[in-house]
Amino acid sequence: MASTFSRMLMGRRTAMLLASLGTGALATGYLMSDVNHAAVIDRTKLFPPSSDYPDLRKHNNCMASHLTPAIYCRLRDKLTPSGWSLDQCIQTGVDNPGHPFIKTVGMVAGDEESYEIFSDIFDAVIKERHNGYDPRTMKHHTDLDSSKVTHGQFDERYVLSSRVRTGRSIRGLSLPPACTRAERREVERVATMALSGLKGDLAGRYYRLTEMTEQEQQRLIDEHFLFDKPVSPLLIASGMARDWPDGRGIWHNFDKTFLIWINEEDHTRVISMEKGGNMKRVFERFCRGLKEVEKLIQERGWEFMWNERLGYILTCPSNLGTGLRAGVHVRLPHLSKDPRFNKILDNLRLQKRGTGGVDTAAVGDVFDISNLDRIGRSEVELVQLVIDGVNYLIDCEKRLEKSQDIKVPPPVSQFRK
Amino acid sequence: MPFSNTHNATKMKFTADQELPDLSKHNNHMAKVLTREMYAKLREKQTTSGFTLDDIIQTGVDNPGHPFIMTVGCVAGDEETYEVFKDLLDPVIQDRHGGYKPTDKHKTDLNPDNLKGGDDLDPNYVLSSRVRTGRSIRGFCLPPHCSRGERRAIEKLAVEGLGALDGDLKGKYYALKNMTEEEQQQLIDDHFLFDKPVSPLLLASGMGRDWPDARGIWHNDNKTFLVWINEEDHLRVISMQKGGNMKEVFKRFCTGLTKIESLFKTKGHEFMWNEHLGYILTCPSNLGTGLRGGVHVKLPHLSKHEKFGEALKKLRLQKRGTGGVDTAAVGGIFDISNADRLGFSEVELVQMVVDGVKLLIEMEKRLEKGQSIDDLMPAQK
Repeated sequence: MASTFSRMLMGRRTAMLLASLGTGALATGYLMSDVNHAAVIDRTKLFPPSSDYPDLRKHNNCMASHLTPAIYCRLRDKLTPSGWSLDQCIQTGVDNPGHPFIKTVGMVAGDEESYEIFSDIFDAVIKERHNGYDPRTMKHHTDLDSSKVTHGQFDERYVLSSRVRTGRSIRGLSLPPACTRAERREVERVATMALSGLKGDLAGRYYRLTEMTEQEQQRLIDEHFLFDKPVSPLLIASGMARDWPDGRGIWHNFDKTFLIWINEEDHTRVISMEKGGNMKRVFERFCRGLKEVEKLIQERGWEFMWNERLGYILTCPSNLGTGLRAGVHVRLPHLSKDPRFNKILDNLRLQKRGTGGVDTAAVGDVFDISNLDRIGRSEVELVQLVIDGVNYLIDCEKRLEKSQDIKVPPPVSQFRK
Repeated sequence: MPFSNTHNATKMKFTADQELPDLSKHNNHMAKVLTREMYAKLREKQTTSGFTLDDIIQTGVDNPGHPFIMTVGCVAGDEETYEVFKDLLDPVIQDRHGGYKPTDKHKTDLNPDNLKGGDDLDPNYVLSSRVRTGRSIRGFCLPPHCSRGERRAIEKLAVEGLGALDGDLKGKYYALKNMTEEEQQQLIDDHFLFDKPVSPLLLASGMGRDWPDARGIWHNDNKTFLVWINEEDHLRVISMQKGGNMKEVFKRFCTGLTKIESLFKTKGHEFMWNEHLGYILTCPSNLGTGLRGGVHVKLPHLSKHEKFGEALKKLRLQKRGTGGVDTAAVGGIFDISNADRLGFSEVELVQMVVDGVKLLIEMEKRLEKGQSIDDLMPAQK
């Protein structure tokens, strides 16, 4: 890629000459004329795609790895029906070169059509990020029937809490990087209207960010429910923080076991959680809540963004498919010190994090263990994988307590057969 | 975003009321001026390059402002912005620039011979002197809106123009993305290097995109004339030196700017300028001269005097800490500069600084001797 770019830098000379000859004369014309679509087209010719190709030589993210000059030139002047461009999709990856060890995605979608119009780059990024899932040839299967899950009660001497999260986007409205203020407010209206129809253990209340009282805010912080304005440059560069805190809020049921974030990184983020090890119940509530909300929005003519190529459509390509992260906070003091720990996790297709979330370190031997994959397996399959995997880890921990030996399990298959 | 904002068409599917930003908790010039009716009228407009109302105001929507500091809250994306959206920007300009009317004319005067005195500010008090301004190249979009191709074209034109400077202005260009460790450290030590903006006000406007592509610093071998390329404006031009010879600083400033302008003209380019708004820059606060001329000056006694603020106001001067805007003064050393940008010429503004600082130093000397300064208090300029 580096030599291609260097060649492009040479080739730009022609474009530069055009630019220096042309802009002076054209400027007068612009100042005199009214808004003129033809003049806008002239500017795109004055600066051909090659002059705009980003310098990605020092970058390490999925977008930078796959965005060739040819793909960029082919896609630069295309727009989705709502007017979103490739440059807007990739801006976050251009502005954030990434870390040598952590490979970020480097691009976002502005709407559902982004994944189609710019599929030349999105498909390659998706394939890399999802360890080989090929959206051109494979299909994603959705299954939210929680009754299929077995052995979903963990030993609570080890598992402290259980949680399942995902996201949902409302079809027909642009995603957070692109949405207008009116669209964002419409997402809020549609989502909160549906949530207000939930009953029984799912009944709850909405807290709008702009209207929150000091006390409400403190309580939500103490309960670890409140999300704050994003500070990560990766998120800010994508445009999703515009107009903060307009149209943003938090909904949760009175039991505090079902929580929805509205208009943060996605239209909605849905979280089911509770203390202890009853993952089966957490997942059951998760599925029931999602299906109820979907029914309530369908009654009013809305639906979630979904297709069989990519599953549920979310802002970041890393969250396609199920968008699901199911995990536990689990104590593993012996196992975590065993040199085979990481290999065991890899083979079980599990991921470890500190209990503060992604990129935090574990504290006091308590780990956040969750599924690695998001797409290519259904929700039921991924949750079962987490249940089986965590049960295996606890079994290892118990053996090591008694000074017995443990085995590294054979690798679990990544995609459904 | 570059080229055209057809995304604006999506917004037009909703009513003005549905799209209207909530500015109830905001305190900036844009929020004070933008009414519901104005929003409804202007939201369907765009400049030829596709810059829209929401592009202009996004930084002001995202940054409500401070209860005590009044920010501008809007930026321009190209020269036409100030024309197409004058309904919004004229009142903002009027508010920000002391009542400057849409019919007023701005005078440009870059003849250093018109400056009286200024070569003898007492070096026991004045540590350094500096004049800065900005320039935009006509025909290109401004930093909030320009594409990568445009920004690179601006860099190339600027570097070519500066490369033709000779004599004491001869210098070298350091592109941000090619800088070596040593070059970077030297530029930091010289207080020349600018870094990627971190202020949310600047980032929300879109001027930080693609950093550090096509950004760089040029300075002459003597390190007294410095140009920033593609930071908040196309060009920021700075003339500076130690000591109190503001006349020399201003002469170099004018000579350098005039030479750069004529070099650009030989290549068929000119600076954005008109007789109403003077030099056109990204932020409305920098229109007119875009000039901030100032000194670092020791005023330990005067700064504690109850009439210090009043004296500055009457002299049309402004104080800052030596770390720049929003920093506090350290050790009684202040950055004193002109408060105005528009409606006065460059010579007039630097004259105000020169005369004003002379007076402040006299006051300081009186207070050192325990004498009164009442008779020295100036009339309102």
